[in-house]
Amino acid sequence: MIKSNWGFPRPFLSIFLVLLWLFLTNSFTWAQLLLGLFLGWLLPLVAHPFMPDQPHVRHPLLMLRYLLVFLADILSSNWVVARLLLGKPERLRPAFIHYPVELDNDYAITLLASTISLTPGTVSAHYDANTKQLLIHALHFEGEEAEMISQIKQRYENVLLEIFQC
Amino acid sequence: MLSWAIPLAMGIFTLAMALNLYRLAKGPDITDRILALDTLMINSIALLVLTDIRLQLGILFEAALLIALMGFVGTVAMSKYLLRGDVIE
Amino acid sequence: MTGLLELIITLLLLIGASIALLGSWGLARLPDFFMRLHGPTKASTLGVGATLLGSLIYFSSQQPGISVQEALITLFLFVTAPVSAHMLAKVALHRKLPLNPKTRNSFTKDE
Repeated sequence: MIKSNWGFPRPFLSIFLVLLWLFLTNSFTWAQLLLGLFLGWLLPLVAHPFMPDQPHVRHPLLMLRYLLVFLADILSSNWVVARLLLGKPERLRPAFIHYPVELDNDYAITLLASTISLTPGTVSAHYDANTKQLLIHALHFEGEEAEMISQIKQRYENVLLEIFQC
Repeated sequence: MLSWAIPLAMGIFTLAMALNLYRLAKGPDITDRILALDTLMINSIALLVLTDIRLQLGILFEAALLIALMGFVGTVAMSKYLLRGDVIE
Repeated sequence: MTGLLELIITLLLLIGASIALLGSWGLARLPDFFMRLHGPTKASTLGVGATLLGSLIYFSSQQPGISVQEALITLFLFVTAPVSAHMLAKVALHRKLPLNPKTRNSFTKDE
């Protein structure tokens, strides 16, 4: 597998690093591009053995849509949390929720946990790899546990399942 | 318009940092203190960027990026130490 | 600089600052650690992100070409905030911090 990649074990990471370097220096000159290409070649080569298996992204466009839904969710539900924070803290009903994860890939699970943490009202606290359960803490939640689970499943996990096709 | 908006925003961020300092001083557990320090770091990034606009420097970006990096690494290192009694396993 | 651009920058800076203040307010006021964790991880990240976006627009309007460096800090904050929140939550579970008595379900698996 490594031989067929011409010294680039992670082509996407290499491209990302070159772009990152150009953004960081905030100037486009050929010397900077050359330095960026060198870093893009060297860093993945050195870091490759430490990194977990990379997932197969089947639908890059779906990924973009996921990102848009995610951004819209951050903005739209932030004001709900704002209202909760301004209200009386005695009224809040926090809860722990055990969420069964279907995804297999480490990257996909990380993505799901990060999404849950960044959308207001929920923080992922612990992932148990044996039982495949994600422990979620909700700031204020009065409905049924199953309701919340199916909501997260519909909105995020099913899309991720489709993207990575575990 | 920006001449009063920037000082106002800086004032709001300073108030936010004062609240973080209150939690840092009071925080019943060390975990609360780490969280307060992390938030203090994030707020100071915004304050630094606002100073950058106010003074027309355009060069404080590197400092802000460094604070962001140090804040994250510091938080993770302290959490790791509390979890395992060791930073690098 | 045109008036409209200035208005957008002003709004971004002030809204960002208010959201960040709200996050810190939550950190100072909520009763138990897990609830406090909610304020900074989201509100502060979003607030600082909005402020940085305002700064990005400002510096892009001041000089030719766009200034993307602030976008890098925003990206970095959005990637790292869930990770540090997750680590802190793990520490809190490990240290068995006291919970708000109103919390439903314990964090141990219900047998």
